[in-house]
Amino acid sequence: MTTNALLLAPPRVKAGRGRTALVWVSEHLALVILAVLFLAPVVFVFFTSLMTSQQTLTASLIPKTWQWSNYLDVFRTVPLAQWFGNSAVYAISSTVLMLLSSVPAAYVLAKIRFRGSSIIFGAIIIAMLLPPQVTVIPVYVMWAKLHLTGSLLPLILPNLLGDAFSIFLLRQFFLTVPKEYTDAARMDGCGDWTILWRIVVPMARPGIAAAGLFSFFHAWNDYFGPLLYTSENQAAWPVSYGLATFRGAHGTDWSITMAMTILVMVPVVLLFFFAQKVFVEGITLTGVKG
Amino acid sequence: MLAPAVLGLAIFFVYPLIASIFFSFTRYNLIGGVEFIGLRNYVYLFTQDPQVVQAALNTLWFVVILVPVRIITALALAGLLARAKKASGFWRTVFYLPALVPPVASVVAFVFLFNPGTGPVNLILKSVGIQGPLWFNDPAWAKPSLVLLGVWVMGDIMIIFLAALLDVPRELYEASSLDGANGVQQVRHVTIPHLAPVLFFSVITGVIAALQYFTEAAVASGVASGKATVGQGTSVALGYPDDSLLTYAQWIYVRGFGNYQFGYASALAVVLFVVASVFVLIMMRRVNAFNPSEAS
Repeated sequence: MTTNALLLAPPRVKAGRGRTALVWVSEHLALVILAVLFLAPVVFVFFTSLMTSQQTLTASLIPKTWQWSNYLDVFRTVPLAQWFGNSAVYAISSTVLMLLSSVPAAYVLAKIRFRGSSIIFGAIIIAMLLPPQVTVIPVYVMWAKLHLTGSLLPLILPNLLGDAFSIFLLRQFFLTVPKEYTDAARMDGCGDWTILWRIVVPMARPGIAAAGLFSFFHAWNDYFGPLLYTSENQAAWPVSYGLATFRGAHGTDWSITMAMTILVMVPVVLLFFFAQKVFVEGITLTGVKG
Repeated sequence: MLAPAVLGLAIFFVYPLIASIFFSFTRYNLIGGVEFIGLRNYVYLFTQDPQVVQAALNTLWFVVILVPVRIITALALAGLLARAKKASGFWRTVFYLPALVPPVASVVAFVFLFNPGTGPVNLILKSVGIQGPLWFNDPAWAKPSLVLLGVWVMGDIMIIFLAALLDVPRELYEASSLDGANGVQQVRHVTIPHLAPVLFFSVITGVIAALQYFTEAAVASGVASGKATVGQGTSVALGYPDDSLLTYAQWIYVRGFGNYQFGYASALAVVLFVVASVFVLIMMRRVNAFNPSEAS
């Protein structure tokens, strides 16, 4: 493109206006239809969650009577409150421990040059990318020897020693903190912990929030981990795992299964709406700036 | 400051990786001792295991079909959203929402929506005169049903594409249209080159994710078969219907934690490690942020 082209090109004329409007309408029509398709599953699940058991056995889409008591029945059928509690403990403690261990590690990898840093960084990337099934057997054997299987501890405790994905994500955010700030603080005689706590953490707060949210969601949604470590002990199940086993064990009709499905969705969706901006920024950073 | 993370890498990554390779040459069931049996696990894996081929083919199917279908849908939607300009934030939320639903919940929901008896999908199809398939209960349709689920939850890829699309400088489009480029040429010469790194990233992460495809398939089998997969050793429903959803990652689980054949399961894991490593290495070479020598 040259300035010549700019000067020579005729100004865009109105000829296209009718067509542009048509394009606008068809694009938005497509968006609306697609949006309906994307939201329909949740609507149907919600409707079914309010049907009576008899109605779920018939070919119908909308509840005849709105039976809200299905939502209470779920709690009566399975120890759902306990499972929600387990999920909350798993998600919150993993997130807190992950932040305590991964924020300092990410700081070192982002802000300090030292021998071997690229080896450690490379190992973190490989650990993050490799399928967990590759290492799962020796890790399981380790926890079994410590007699900690049958609980969520094998999934929570490793966060004390950092989480590869979180370290990577936090490091990417910390890199955006200008070097001048950390250098100036170092000139003033601040140590690394002070620089991290006083400068990097406040400036990278959205990044830390994003890493925390991802960690929370990962734990809340986890199925493979709880299947591995808690399947033999129903009292330790988180909701995701409980839901996966629900229909086979208790769900004679679809209505309570759908009520439980809705209940499992609600907390994460609420959390998303409170933290949407942070979340979208985080996803974007993992993919694009990566 | 880095010490805990280094210790974590050693205990939860380096050690188990080496131990997996070691166990793969042994017979080991957690209770008895470790018995060294040389290459016998590998010989069995490549010549005798009755289901490993089916499991590997199923996983390959997801790599070849699920990954591109998700990426193309996400790209198309991101393109549509990028053109919605001011309202793109609203639409983004709408199309991203399903990706937020916990995977187990979305699988349970889809098995219900597509259940042949009373599921809304077949009811709606019937009302327009189409006899719907058995979806999750038919070996030929179970995997395509999971692809539909995969499309429904493609929101995170879409967000990455959308950000990349909005990142393309507007001037490039204006300039190229002044130069007489039509829409197709603009996509070909402006959009695609700008998206190339993001596309590459999503293909490789998609492949790595498909290689470990587990939760969706396992839960779909369990819920559609109506059997509870409670407790270890009762992994009867895995693969339902007819092993059509038995993925390689599930096969590791069945052999290791269903049958307590830790040695053999480790051999399966080592093979997965070798295959996944190829993609991990490609990723580390090509994506700057993952490349230790180019980092920071």
